[in-house]
Amino acid sequence: MSKYDKMVTNTAGREVPTVVNGKPATPYMGIGKYKPTGRKTAPPIVSCADYPADGNKVVASLTEALIKCGIKDGMTISTHHHFRNGDLVAVPIFDSAKEMGIKDLMWFPSASFPCHEPLIKYLEDGTIHHIEGSMNGALGRFTSEGKMKGLGVLRSHGGRYQAVQDGDVHVNIAVIAAPSADSFGNANGVNGPAACGLLGFALADSQYADKVIIVTDNLVPFPCIPWQIQGNYVDYVVVLDQIGIPEMIISGTTEITKSPDRLLLAEWSAQFCDEAGLIYDGFSFQAGAGGTSLSIGIYFANILRERGWKARFARGGSNKYLVKMLEEGLVDYILDGQTFDLEGVRSMRDNPAHVNTSPFTSYNYHGKGNFSSLIDVVILGATEVDVNFNANVVTHSDGLLLHGIGGWQNCLFGKTVILPIPLFRDRIPVIRNEVTTLCAPGELIDVIVTERGIAINPRRTDLIEKMKKSSLPIRTIEELKEEAEKICGVPEKPKLTDEIVAVIKWVDGTILDSVYKVDK
Amino acid sequence: MMGELVFTGNKGVGVRSDCFVSLELTSGGGIRLALDSKVDVMFGNSIRKEIHGILDHFNIKDAFVTVEDSGALPFVIAARLEAAINKAIAGEKEFIIPMLNENQYVTSKDRNRFSRLYLPGNTPSLMINAGIHRPNGIILDLEDAVAPDKKDEARYLVRNALRGVDFYGAERMVRINQGERGLADLDFIVPHNVNLILLPKCEHPEQVHAVNARIREIGQHREQLNPIWIMPIIESAMGVINAFAIASSAENVVSLAIGLEDYTADIGTRRTAEGSESFFARSMVVNAARAAGIQPIDSVFSDVADMDGLAENVRRSKALGFDGMGCIHPRQIRVIHETFAPAKEEIEKAKKIVNAYHEAEAKGLGVVALGSKMIDPPVVRRALNTIQLAIKMDKLEQNWRESNE
Repeated sequence: MSKYDKMVTNTAGREVPTVVNGKPATPYMGIGKYKPTGRKTAPPIVSCADYPADGNKVVASLTEALIKCGIKDGMTISTHHHFRNGDLVAVPIFDSAKEMGIKDLMWFPSASFPCHEPLIKYLEDGTIHHIEGSMNGALGRFTSEGKMKGLGVLRSHGGRYQAVQDGDVHVNIAVIAAPSADSFGNANGVNGPAACGLLGFALADSQYADKVIIVTDNLVPFPCIPWQIQGNYVDYVVVLDQIGIPEMIISGTTEITKSPDRLLLAEWSAQFCDEAGLIYDGFSFQAGAGGTSLSIGIYFANILRERGWKARFARGGSNKYLVKMLEEGLVDYILDGQTFDLEGVRSMRDNPAHVNTSPFTSYNYHGKGNFSSLIDVVILGATEVDVNFNANVVTHSDGLLLHGIGGWQNCLFGKTVILPIPLFRDRIPVIRNEVTTLCAPGELIDVIVTERGIAINPRRTDLIEKMKKSSLPIRTIEELKEEAEKICGVPEKPKLTDEIVAVIKWVDGTILDSVYKVDK
Repeated sequence: MMGELVFTGNKGVGVRSDCFVSLELTSGGGIRLALDSKVDVMFGNSIRKEIHGILDHFNIKDAFVTVEDSGALPFVIAARLEAAINKAIAGEKEFIIPMLNENQYVTSKDRNRFSRLYLPGNTPSLMINAGIHRPNGIILDLEDAVAPDKKDEARYLVRNALRGVDFYGAERMVRINQGERGLADLDFIVPHNVNLILLPKCEHPEQVHAVNARIREIGQHREQLNPIWIMPIIESAMGVINAFAIASSAENVVSLAIGLEDYTADIGTRRTAEGSESFFARSMVVNAARAAGIQPIDSVFSDVADMDGLAENVRRSKALGFDGMGCIHPRQIRVIHETFAPAKEEIEKAKKIVNAYHEAEAKGLGVVALGSKMIDPPVVRRALNTIQLAIKMDKLEQNWRESNE
């Protein structure tokens, strides 16, 4: 089986394969243009008669659970990134698989982290065939160098739900690490030594996988409440000594930035929103976990407090700052996708206004709407942006694949999308003629805020009009690019081969772009 | 010829936008360049070209050169390599990068000097974005912020920054070293449109004269130099006692600054938050500067995390009569500007006085009155200054009198 085949040029002008890992794939057609027909996929019908009447699904080990699930060559095994860089579950799954001599598995994580670097040896020895999900850091480098046997597939969090729901990806065995669970398989993320808040990324897998294993280090008597994951979907429960390293679980960037340059970006972004009339009593915003985003949240809070206003909801990534806003009454609800610190976990456990969401409610493009399009202000990052406002979030300008997409693509559907980014990092300009890898069509990105000026997408004539009298330095994106190149020089294009190592999926499952092997 | 191995620049964890250069002249074999750059894919060729161009400029044909680059901009690479070449073969020749058009400006004698941001003279990463925070001035510091063994190479970096970094209209200042080294520093900054020179540990007018003499000497070999202002820093008991003589020592002395760390050490005490130990010195500097018709400028506030403390410090400083102070972190700039700027009530009061003044003038009256109260001329002058300042700082419309009526 070849990694990919039959290249075409998609609507975005990018070369993409129409066969990926032996399966047909649809090229990107434009935003909202691809409308598949047919029915969603479905898991097999099962009977209570085959499950213990006393509800006790605990088995002795992960290996035993995998064997009972019928693990065999070529299967797809999914895991989730609720523990971020503190995950102790994904690697042992493949240790077991290796021991059993299983080959050619597809790993389907919701995201990967540096702690997953040990899996490289299984990619090399054939235990794992390829990864669909995200390839961060060392795994990304491994992929970029063309060493993975199959083609990498990168999806957004919403795109992952869509792929499972639509049957694009058939999960054979889902392994869900749960900070708290009962022997029936009900599980949550708010209690236990590895508490991480919620388990939303595992929802699709619990609903659609053939077999579901819950792995916990905190077994409680039935019922495990709240049951964020319902035991009725679960086949086996495994109890381990430790499933996650708490200090690493609450990693992410959880402190506001002290960098004066980033604070300036945050300040200008908030000022821009205010002057453009995007902040009002009852508005909503999404703030990510980066230091700049967190600081923008603080500026938003100040504006709301001064005027006696409230935000209706904030989309998290929650952390102590957002929780403080909730508790101070500056926001009615946190609609949370993941909690970044223990304050977030506490708030989610104790405060009914701190709501756990899943990629289904927030992001799935093949649903009857999702709430990402209801958010007034969305703040995102990017590795590169081009003069047409297209953005890249997965590769660096040297062509190396280093990051996943996360919820980034899904959030682009917010009403106003703002990217606060430095004009150059060290010597590398961030605004380019053309992005190395296309992850977002420019029509969805509205404002680029840099430390040397702010560019508004020409499509947003309303924003341009509103900011005419602003004291903020409004410039064209071409002017910003020229300024960066005047300071840094004009960068050479990275040396890439013609060989594809991964593809970027759009939120509807079509292929937006290809990632090329770097020339060593 | 076989030279010794010389090093310049910085490398290691946390170093960004800089490079580390080693150079060894050899007696044959051509240029052997080893470049290890984190931006190699995008700028490797351009860096190699730059390095060969500079070596060629100095007529170096045979050498081992290694450059470990953490994303240095071209002006930094040029400074590091030239400093290394100068270590290997001392000579008069310089490698002068083009002067940005944006850096050709002159500054006026009485411009606002509320904030001046200190930038260590050997740390390029802090220079590149300094101007975007809009301080009134930036100080490229060759003195205390540079380690003794890095002082030579810092000169090249500061010179190149004066030419090649856009500071977005900030007054481009350099703090030179004390004594002879400071006079030698001038060769690297005077020809490159430095706007103002800070003269540390100034105790006698002769120090100002010596700087001016050297500036004139350098100017003789050049076309017309733009005016270069001097800000002596009073940092000792002797400086305080001679403050007026220093303030009035030359036409181009535009302000007098005080440096409290050294001063308090000099008088045998320690700096406190409340500052009574320096009250006399600060008042002397204010009075000396005012008597000479120049700006008194306060010392820095060193707790960069304490913005409330800073604001309190600025209010005290303003109350003592200072017109500005130093900053060691960009976040201090806004607090300093906002606190030095005229407060709302001050502006309102000044508007009334200025209106009364214009009315009296229109009526041909020699005396200005507000209600039943007579207004003295110095009060009118101060009100006019306040209004001017408020306009400059966007706190008041240029045509406020028309829009009022």
